[in-house]
Amino acid sequence: MILIVDMNYKKDSLGFHEFVLPIIAVVKNMEEYGIKHFSELNQTDISSCTGIILSGTALKDNESLNHFEDFSWIREYEKPILGICAGMQTISLVFHSSLKECLEIGMRQITTIKENPLFSSSFRAYELHTYSIKPSNELAILAESEKCVQAISHKGKDIYGVLFHPEVRNEEIIEQFVLLLGFKRE
Amino acid sequence: MRLAVLFSGGKDSTLALLKAAEKEEVVCLITIASKNKESYMFHTPNIWIARLQAEAIGLPLIQKLTKGVKEQELEDLKNAIRQARKKLKIEGVVTGAVESVYQAERIQRICHELDLWCFNPLWKKDQQKLLEEIVEKGFKAIISGVFAYPLDKSWLGKEMNKKLIEELVALQKEYKISPSGEGGEIETTVLDAPLFRKKIEVLNFTIEENANSGIYLINKARLAEK
Repeated sequence: MILIVDMNYKKDSLGFHEFVLPIIAVVKNMEEYGIKHFSELNQTDISSCTGIILSGTALKDNESLNHFEDFSWIREYEKPILGICAGMQTISLVFHSSLKECLEIGMRQITTIKENPLFSSSFRAYELHTYSIKPSNELAILAESEKCVQAISHKGKDIYGVLFHPEVRNEEIIEQFVLLLGFKRE
Repeated sequence: MRLAVLFSGGKDSTLALLKAAEKEEVVCLITIASKNKESYMFHTPNIWIARLQAEAIGLPLIQKLTKGVKEQELEDLKNAIRQARKKLKIEGVVTGAVESVYQAERIQRICHELDLWCFNPLWKKDQQKLLEEIVEKGFKAIISGVFAYPLDKSWLGKEMNKKLIEELVALQKEYKISPSGEGGEIETTVLDAPLFRKKIEVLNFTIEENANSGIYLINKARLAEK
């Protein structure tokens, strides 16, 4: 079971439709899934799943970033995680990186700079963020746009972050992540 | 959170309104009427009906006319949203965007510039499920415009129901048109929906037909008890 974490400003918010349901639409035919708002995550949730996807949020919604210390369990976590937008920003803060102002709205060209299991080469992706990140030495940069870091991974774990929204125009990246969970389980 | 809904009077913006009202406080509707029939953002037959719909729902309507010149119409939209922020103290905007990153991007940018939240509660929703949801929720939505072959005037004025959805989905498979009209293939006008305190009765209409398009033009309508 894959756990999708709702990173929106509150449980059952209007952002749920826009940032969580499209992820479910990609995952549902591949794998069983559960959903939990970040404010209600507990030890059982994170230990009983095979992997985790942290959703994105509305452009003005930085609530999960204000609570990034609630995600400190990620440092010890051994299963795969994919963070999307606010999810990637949260992962980055957990691993001692900093946020960096970078506004991008709409389709942008993404260039892969490090080989990884989720995507390759150059592609266009949908962006909706006011911050990118300046990675700490615990994280590797996987992709960039003209303006900022677009994807990261942890150097020693299967933890990934993408700043763009793969659920909007690059669903296959989420599919690759779900396949990775199956591979790890076997 | 006080929200304004960008409202065209069609099924998508009405469903977006319904979803927004379930979660937050909707305080007004904003309608942009474009004089330009080619407008990518705002052209909708029967946009004048929005006034009756707003009255039926019981929400104030901010309505702006735009010449529909590209980018200028976005400035007109921005001014309407700015007016809603000033008069009604809105904190965010809701749209009925489903798939179009063209529309979503432009409205997201306007909201960012005005320091407002932006929500798209139908974003990426499966087109067939969207149609089924409006039927299940008891919308009375009629097809008021067709803009792609093989849709013709025989579809105009038809009410969205299970049978019509099946026919639209069959057309999608054969002709690659979007069943919910997200690509601009069909326009709908909502005459009744759950938030409506009154329903709209069409008293007089004209069918306009061109080469590959047709419009069900409502000339006269009134509010009636439900």
